[in-house]
Amino acid sequence: MLEALHVSKRYTQGRAYWSKKFLVAALHDVSLKIESCSTLALVGESGAGKSTLGRCLALLEEPDSGEIWFDGKNLLTLQPGDLRTARRRIQFVFQDAAAAINPRFSAFEAIEEPLLIQGGLSRRERREQALDTMERVGLSPGSAHRPMLEFSGGERQRLALARALVLKPRLLILDEALSGLDPETKERLILLLLNLQACFALSYIFITHDLRIAARVADRIAVMQDGAIVESGSAATVLSEPQHTYTRALLDAIPGER
Amino acid sequence: MAYLARRALNGIFLLFGVSLLTFLLVDLAPGEFFDEMRSNPRISAATIAGLRSEYGLDLPLPVKYFRWLRSATKGEGGFSFAYNSPAAPILLRRAQNTLLLTGTATLAAWLIAIPFGVWAAAKPGRWPDALAAGAIATLLAIPELILALLLLLLAVRSSFFPVGGAVSLNFAQMNVWSRLGDSTRHLFLPALCLLAGLLPMLLSHVRSAMKEALDSPFITAARAHGIPFQRLLFRHALAAAANPLISLFGFSLGILLSSSLVVEGIFAWPGLGQLLIEAILQRDFYLVVDSVVLATVFLICGNFLADLLLYTADPRIRTE
Repeated sequence: MLEALHVSKRYTQGRAYWSKKFLVAALHDVSLKIESCSTLALVGESGAGKSTLGRCLALLEEPDSGEIWFDGKNLLTLQPGDLRTARRRIQFVFQDAAAAINPRFSAFEAIEEPLLIQGGLSRRERREQALDTMERVGLSPGSAHRPMLEFSGGERQRLALARALVLKPRLLILDEALSGLDPETKERLILLLLNLQACFALSYIFITHDLRIAARVADRIAVMQDGAIVESGSAATVLSEPQHTYTRALLDAIPGER
Repeated sequence: MAYLARRALNGIFLLFGVSLLTFLLVDLAPGEFFDEMRSNPRISAATIAGLRSEYGLDLPLPVKYFRWLRSATKGEGGFSFAYNSPAAPILLRRAQNTLLLTGTATLAAWLIAIPFGVWAAAKPGRWPDALAAGAIATLLAIPELILALLLLLLAVRSSFFPVGGAVSLNFAQMNVWSRLGDSTRHLFLPALCLLAGLLPMLLSHVRSAMKEALDSPFITAARAHGIPFQRLLFRHALAAAANPLISLFGFSLGILLSSSLVVEGIFAWPGLGQLLIEAILQRDFYLVVDSVVLATVFLICGNFLADLLLYTADPRIRTE
């Protein structure tokens, strides 16, 4: 469904006109593929380039070179109008849900907004769809008009999920979306995500530094180090027979295992 | 509601404080209205003493203050020695003119600063941004006094703009349209001068507040959801940038009132500022106090208006 080919991205350091420019390679010739209704976990340490890759795939950032194919179209060469349509099919969930939603919005406004942009829906249809999505992520529609700030951390992440899901995307990129939540909330959200995957035929790209979560949700795992994918394969293979030394080091670093 | 009541109460206390302090300071300043008469050999000391007691200047300060307070609550605000009339009617006429001038300048400054600032912030590093930065630096670099004098020179040379006053001498004989034209022509240069003083501050605040708002994570997130830039700019970023700007609105009134002191003086605009300077020079005791208190009232009203706007604009203040 989504395939990235030879994606590279460099950041420039030294912004002033007179200063010397340094190019920092964030992604180096990365290729990956994800099938529909499956989950790919991108693991690696901080600074490995996981988030940059995720942001490139969500078109939040433009890669310097490479191709990103989605449903038979290269996203990097699309016209702006087609691009916006494609963008609705790929949604992004941020780590910090509190910062990712406009704090002035009520829960309902936050979820309804993407529908408003899509257009072609009556007020009632929008309302129904938004409330329906709220229920699906386990939020009571009764709290729809409470301001965003009154929700707890776990509820906000559900809210962010609802905001991403309301446009019926095919692929969800979750960038450390479960980090910073307590274990119980994390577990409930994992169950919710697995449940939603079955309901909506969703694909997930799970960006995480936590191999235990990767093991819990992923069909395939890709391990990143220094802006490149060093090992990838089915979750079972990667976890039981790690090939690369870095993967082995990551596995050894899990507390309470082995 | 409690929030607004608290703010209003604050304002009233502030007003008391300012009036008391002004009273003390004006009283401490050397000299008084009748000093000039003392140097006149034809007026006897007894006459002056009689005048002083007639106007209540010989009373102790607390008594003077309470008499003024009583008169202020009745809407008179004491007595002007120089005009030989109750202070309130003089003040009101002047206050109208000042409000007209500062109101026009404020309105125009905001109407320019908001769209221009948003535009500059939306295109960082491109020419609208550079234009805004250039305009801010240029306007900041020109002292208001020099600008006022230059504009005055323009008025003298062009003869299209009048060199002073709020209306022409034959204003009473004009019909509605020529009255409007006449007022506008009188208003234009002083308002332009105030505008030039205020604009760089507003523009740079709008621009930086918008830039900061556009950098916030929820804007990136909204962009990821495919929300168009126009909506991001006006529905999300401008709303997020509104808080500091609304607070700035309250401040800008204060700055405007003090800079209108200079501008009114140069353009001979019959407003509060000019009245205040005259009153200080003549030691017209109550008129000085009244002008300062009235300016404070404007300031407090402006800030109260800003609070009211903030209250309606930000759900977070309401839930506090």
